[in-house]
Parts: sequence; structure tokens; C-alpha cells
Amino acid sequence: MRHLLSTDGLDPATALAILDTADGLKRTLLGREVRKLPTLRGRTVITMFYENSTRTRVSFEIAGKWMSADVVNVSAGGSSVSKGESLRDTALTLAAAGADCVIVRHPASGAAHRIAGWLAAAGTSVVNAGDGTHEHPTQALLDAATLRDRLGRIDGRRVAIVGDVLHSRVARSNVHLLTSLGAEVVLVAPPTLLPVGVADWPVGAAGSLRVSHELDPELPTLDAVMMLRVQAERMHGGFFPSAREYAIAYGLGEARARMLPKHAVVLHPGPMLRGMEIAAAVADSPRAAITDQVANGVHVRMAVLYHLLAGEEDNS
Amino acid sequence: MSSLVIRGAQPYGEGEPVDIAVRDGVIAEIGARLDADGAEVIDAGGLVALPGFVDLHTHLREPGREDTETIESGSRAAALGGYTAVFAMANTDPVADNAVIVEHVWRRGREVGLVDVHPVGAVTVGLKGEKLAELGTMARSAARVRVFSDDGLCVADPLIMRRALEYTKALDAVIAQHAEEPRLTVGAQAHEGELAARLGLAGWPAVAEESIVARDCLLALHVGARLHVCHVSTEGTAEVLRWAKGRGTRVSAEVTPHHLLLDDERLTTYDPVNKVNPPLRTSTDAKALRAALAEGTVDCVATDHAPHASQDKDCEWSAARPGMLGLQTALPIVVETMVNPGLLDWRGVARVMSERPAEIAGLPDQGRPIAVGEPATLTLVDPAGRWTVRGADLASIAANTPYEGMELPGVVVATLLRGAVTARDGKVTA
Repeated sequence: MRHLLSTDGLDPATALAILDTADGLKRTLLGREVRKLPTLRGRTVITMFYENSTRTRVSFEIAGKWMSADVVNVSAGGSSVSKGESLRDTALTLAAAGADCVIVRHPASGAAHRIAGWLAAAGTSVVNAGDGTHEHPTQALLDAATLRDRLGRIDGRRVAIVGDVLHSRVARSNVHLLTSLGAEVVLVAPPTLLPVGVADWPVGAAGSLRVSHELDPELPTLDAVMMLRVQAERMHGGFFPSAREYAIAYGLGEARARMLPKHAVVLHPGPMLRGMEIAAAVADSPRAAITDQVANGVHVRMAVLYHLLAGEEDNS
Repeated sequence: MSSLVIRGAQPYGEGEPVDIAVRDGVIAEIGARLDADGAEVIDAGGLVALPGFVDLHTHLREPGREDTETIESGSRAAALGGYTAVFAMANTDPVADNAVIVEHVWRRGREVGLVDVHPVGAVTVGLKGEKLAELGTMARSAARVRVFSDDGLCVADPLIMRRALEYTKALDAVIAQHAEEPRLTVGAQAHEGELAARLGLAGWPAVAEESIVARDCLLALHVGARLHVCHVSTEGTAEVLRWAKGRGTRVSAEVTPHHLLLDDERLTTYDPVNKVNPPLRTSTDAKALRAALAEGTVDCVATDHAPHASQDKDCEWSAARPGMLGLQTALPIVVETMVNPGLLDWRGVARVMSERPAEIAGLPDQGRPIAVGEPATLTLVDPAGRWTVRGADLASIAANTPYEGMELPGVVVATLLRGAVTARDGKVTA
């Protein structure tokens, strides 16, 4: 694997290999006092974040550091970007400075694809840490790791993704990854928050992706429910009448959570709006795997860096 | 004595090859084996002779973005593409919304002298869509503006559009509308469809074009004015036009070469050389547009030649400017999409590339028949020739093109403007 740009087109064997590596790293580090592996010593990883982020950035930084890579963080605000430097020039600069891997978050869909093209000659790996409303592949991988932990397997499981699918890169990455790993995905949202033609997207197995506008009938058959954040700008964008009406129709309150089977897991990519898309009591309940997602995020990102930078040469 | 003899060309690709003698910028004689008598001879064996092409939709970028195209470089591209007249869009900086700017563009075009450069005047002041520009003053200026457009932006306010249509009736001019309902295209990046949705690119829905075209056709019929629809891009727009023409609306329409050839499958690379407004639609739309052009529902081909600097294209998709080069690839794409599949013969090519656009814009000396006494404003095309597009080799200052490396059929061998050879064998000659 040279880059990780999307889960669309990521073959299931590679995805499972990353998840297995993440599991292995997790076991290796469990209970260790010094959580540091020498695997990526001498490798340089640069994060370029053009959007605000806490968890993704910290997660990648810790992942790199636990693997002994040199991790450098660049943010749009404190860099030449604020002087008007183009994305291409910034990317070429970071590659020339010695980056083995560039991890990029950018508000433009396709930004990571473009950078991968510009850096083809430099040999630098590119990881998409979220591009516009397109994809966020490591989030989907950590969600898959969390589901596998909690449910034992992903194949044959039914997962609902609820909320603003239209603007969600997390939803897109999850749709592709989960269906390719054999899960059945149902997208639950008002029609205004669903991407055009989503039911016809080419995904895993035929019939593995479905759309619904009603949450309640789905709940009793689910193995997991993934709640998406409703961004403030959408609330005022006319996509639905009011926050109150949204919460009534699509929020995961306590009564709704009781309609889920006992084993069903609740996921949220964060940051959460408690009281809007998810009730505090549900977010803090044992079925919620939200902090597991964050913990798994580090291991999954370590695994991604491993497959990109150590990969074939080093299978120790 | 003739100044030039074109030997062995086939006018409109029909009948026996003939010689065409040119004298004082006019076709003096057409016949077999005319005596050159010392005149320059163009060996046109195997070539098709057509009336010089007329482009209703060109961005020459001067004044304002001379780093991407100038009236001179754009004129060279036009001549090499077989064009003898181009309409320079008004969205320059400053905007061509007054007589001073349109006269400048017109004069500069005359100085260069490779192609008749007709400035398009803005419909509204500063292209803001709020207040009519001085259309009458531009029409009565030395530039004799007969086409007005806010292209790049839509005259969205229905009352402003109604007034513009009504007012231009007195000027024997036409409003060329860039049909894009702005409220339906806020932040739009690509054709609203399954692919753009998957790629996370905000959608530019077909209905944003079709609803404006329908509205404008109704307005034009209501006030008895002429309307021209720029760059028709959807099957639905073609259907609206068919309906409107059927009920007697004085509406004409153009389609770009890129909407005939390319489709939204190109989005998957996120390479902004494919970014254009209106966006590349589906292959179904492209097919419907070819049929609409063949049957005349869409009247003509216009390039929407829109040069952009490399930094405005070699960037992330959403930061890129929309538009692509078109003057030198237009005919080959028409050959590829229309002539070779049998949708259009060369007589039809003359219609959509020259005669109809000249009529729409009211040009008396362009798009004329190839006949004795008519201006020797001609394009000679090698229908069997093929060439590979290299952006760096095109005459425009901007070099990025979605056709890079593509092999296309149809080579413009020579272009004549009133008897003067402006381009020959890929070189500008005048």
C-alpha cells in the first residue's frame, strides 16, 4: 500500500490486514509501562491540518510517536499557507524537507488525491485524514476495529448510519468499508441529508446498502448504530425545519436506545452534540463504544503507518 | 488577376473537387483547373472547403488576465482552429459593460487582424445582475455590439431579464443567457449526480439550468424578443428548447465541444482541468446534445474557450476556476462526435460552426455561401488527418487542457479571412 486515500476501492484483504495489525499492536502495548515500539525509527511523518481537529490529529501524532517516527505538525494558520502558499507548493515543500508520509486534512474534497499525484515522483506516502465531504478512511477503519471488538465480526452484521450523511466523510468511508467487509448498512436520514443516488452506489455485495427515513423501525434489528454529528451550519441551512424536530425524529434518546437489541453497539465519531443527535445517558451507557473508538484510533493509525512505511520489508 | 487559387477542394465535402480563385478578398471564380497565372496556390486536394467558423462564445481575457490569454494570442488560436470571427465575452477586468471597453476590444482585434473580434457587451453593470448596462450606447459604438451577455453569471432576476429582452428589441441585438439559477447552485462544484455525491463534490443540478431556460423562453415569447441560450448542457434543456421552438419562441442555442465529448466520469481524478461551468454532465446528456445539434434544436457549436493560469487549475478541485481551452479543438471534436458517427455531414458542419452563429449574431459577411461574389472567408479541413493534442503546442498562453494527449480526427489546414490566409499548416501566417 502506497497511500491511504479512501476506503472506496480499498480491497477487503488489505483492510482486514490493517485491522489485524492494529489488534496485534494493541495486544503488544497492553499493560506496557513504556508504550514505544522502534518500528518507524528514522521515519518522518508530517501532519498537515487545514481544518480544526482534536482527536484525529492527536491520534495520528500519538500513533507516530509510539512507533518512534519523528512527527512534525503543520497547521494552516501557523504556516506559509496563511501567506497564500498553494496546497501544491506546501506539499512539495514538505516532501522536499524529508517527509516519508504526509497526513492531510483539508476542506476540499479530493485534496489528498491531488497531493498524492503531486508527490508521486517524491515517493512520499499520503494519508487522507479527512477531505471535505468525501472520505475519512482511518475513521472508518477504527470504527470497523471497534465493531469487530464488540461484535466479534463484521461480516453479516447490520449497521445503521444516522444523520447528516450528505455532508459526512465519515459516512462515505464507512459505507464503502463496512459493505466491502460483508456488513449490511442502512442510512437513516431525512431526504435532504442524503447524497444524490446513494442507494445506487456501487458497494460491497448487491443489496448491502439501503436507505430509510425512519429510525424506529430499524432499531430492533441493528447490531450497531452510528450517530453522525449535525453541524451547526446545517441547522441554519434549511436542510430540516428545526433542531428540535431533528432531535425528535433522528436523535438517539434513551427510549430509542431501549429499542435496540441488548448486544447492539452505539458509535459516534465525535465531537458529540449531547441532547441533539444523542442523549447524554446513551452516550455514557455501557453499549456506547465512543471512548473505545478513540483508543482504537491510535492502534489503527499505527497499523496504517506500519503498512505504508514498514510494510513488506518489515514483517517482524 | 487572382491573388490566390485553392486547388482541388471539395466545397461542403460534396461533389467533384474544384478550384476556387480569390480576387480582392472575394471568390472570383469556381471551376475546374483554373489558371493560377502567378497567383499563390494552395493545394487543397482531399480537403473540404467550409465557410470560416464563427464562435459565439470566447473568453479572450483582455483586459485583465493577459497572463492567460490576450486578444492577440486568442486570435492566433482562433485562426488556427479555423475561425474567422469570434465573440469576446464581457467578463473581463474591467467588465465590458460600456462603450470604452467594447471599442478597445474591437480595435485591438482589428489591429491583430487575424479574426474578426466582436466584443460581447455585459447585460448589467459589472455583471452584478442589478442594473442594465448602457446597451444602446454599446450597440451604437464603433464596436456595433449585437450580443449581450453576463456570461459566467446568470441574469437571475426575472424582471431585469425581462427588461433586457424587451430593450434589446430596439437594437436588433440578442441576449445570450448563462442559465444558472444561483440559489440552486450555491457552492456547486460538479454535475449533481451519483458520482459527484460519492466524491463529496457539491452538486450543480440540471434543473438549475433547465428552470432558467424555461423561464427565459417564456419571457422571450411574452415580450416578442430574441433569446440565445449559452452552453446547453443537459438533455432536459434540449427538451425545453424543442418545446419552446415548437410554440414559436425566437430562441437559439449553442453547445460546447466539451459537452458533446466529455462526461462526469472524468471527475474521479479530481483533476480540475475537467472543471467547467456548466459542469460536464452524464454520458446520456452528451448523447442527447449530439442528437439535439444534429436535428437543429441546438443551433450551433460555441467553444466557451476559457483559458486559465496553471495555478488556477493545478490545485485542489474546489479552489480551481471553471473553464477550458476550446478554439483549436472545436472542429476535431465536432468531427469525432458528429461527423464520424454519421450524425452530421459537412453541410451540417458549415451550418453549426459558421452559418447559424453568423445569423444569430447578425454578421452580414460571415457564414456566407461558397459562391462567386461572396467573401473568401473560408476554412480548409483535412477530414482524414489526425493529430494529438499537446496543450503546450496550442497558441493560447494558458496550456492546460482536458484533451492533453488525446488523438482527434480532423485537421484545419488553412483559414482565409476575406482572401487573406490567416493560418496555414498549423502556423499563423497573416
